[in-house]
Amino acid sequence: MAGFNKVVHSYEDAMAGLQDGMTVIAGGFGLCGIPEGLIAQIKKMGTTDLTVVSNNCGVDGFGLGILLEDRQIKKMVASYVGENALFEKQLLSGELEVELTPQGTLAEKMRAGGAGIPAFFTATGYGTPVAEGKETREINGRNYVLEPAITGDFAIVRAWKADRYGNLVFRHTSMNFNPMAATAGKITVAEVEEIVEPGELEPSQIHTPGIYVQRVIKGSFEKRIERRMVRQG
Amino acid sequence: MALSREQVAMRVAQELEDGYYVNLGIGIPTLVANYVPAGIEVMLQSENGLLGMGPYPTEAELDADMINAGKETVTAIKGAAIFSSAESFAMIRGGHVDLTVLGAFEVDQNGNIASWMIPGKLVKGMGGAMDLVAGAQNIVVTMTHADKYGNSKLLQSCTLPLTGVGCVKKIVTDLAVLEVRDGAFHLLERAPGISVKEIQQKTAGTLIVNGDIPEMQFN
Repeated sequence: MAGFNKVVHSYEDAMAGLQDGMTVIAGGFGLCGIPEGLIAQIKKMGTTDLTVVSNNCGVDGFGLGILLEDRQIKKMVASYVGENALFEKQLLSGELEVELTPQGTLAEKMRAGGAGIPAFFTATGYGTPVAEGKETREINGRNYVLEPAITGDFAIVRAWKADRYGNLVFRHTSMNFNPMAATAGKITVAEVEEIVEPGELEPSQIHTPGIYVQRVIKGSFEKRIERRMVRQG
Repeated sequence: MALSREQVAMRVAQELEDGYYVNLGIGIPTLVANYVPAGIEVMLQSENGLLGMGPYPTEAELDADMINAGKETVTAIKGAAIFSSAESFAMIRGGHVDLTVLGAFEVDQNGNIASWMIPGKLVKGMGGAMDLVAGAQNIVVTMTHADKYGNSKLLQSCTLPLTGVGCVKKIVTDLAVLEVRDGAFHLLERAPGISVKEIQQKTAGTLIVNGDIPEMQFN
């Protein structure tokens, strides 16, 4: 069963094959559920001209934001950006290209990409700048925009638990974009908190079946909180 | 007097019905959760993948893996469900969310809304707003009736890039409650002490005033 042992033991092995100009899809929402160590490895490798697809682009000094420091990202596809000063600076200077995509459309583009659906019609964005230059169609009296799917050369995701088959379970709202991102990469790398023995994950409770995952690495995570809110109690 | 942010939220909360699934946007809409009427149960949907959002955590409950769509730490109520972003937007786009409350820069008399982009200023993105306005059956917009220079935000036609077309049904401002239908704003209620005349002056789009307009009631 060696062929199904997807566990790698170094970040070099986890991201082996990443080259300049590739498209990387990353899971995460804000700083929640991001593959911190895989992002750090991309920074270490110095790969450039990357197209990065992720809901957000981290913050200054953390998450995907660190890939801006050495100008590794050529194009960002995201729904909400600009929590970081460096992002704003590179955007305004024209060094960084941004394709703003509605959040649900972005999730569905990844899902469709992984599911072999090349494009889909959605009402989201009809009549707005998002629809400019795109095919539209009236179906049953309502107007829709044709949105192409997204696939990546790599997908990098963060999960809670994995087994060596690559089956993944996510924890709380750190799930977010991770399951769709996992399906849409030619090579999907999961950085996880814990690797368990096959059979420990209840088959019917697995969020991402291992068929989508090529590599698994156990990471250690800072889990930085973006907006810390507490109540008295 | 014009309503405070809290009073706008209190008035919006009167739109809630027992058994509603509700998505609340950032800002005043978030405050609506504090004024859910007694005796009714609503379930809050957070578009990052949480149905059954609870209050902020205590220090002991704080968990980096548990956040809301505003990226704030949050809790889940008993009976909550957590799922992926695709599932979350299937609920939203598929029309399963009963009520969406969100802010806006402008709305117009045809129900168009502009809420994400001011040309010339840095554009941070639309997040989930375009999906929410395209999918919701029932959208309430909260905003001030006019900007700080006194310019109306209720227009004949939006001037800013749109978030969605023909989707806004109801607006709660600091001055009034209005319905949008048949290409016009229809005045339903006014804030306590605010005259119909003032609302007319501050509404640039077509405003229909039918009979006596009652003041909003707060319990």
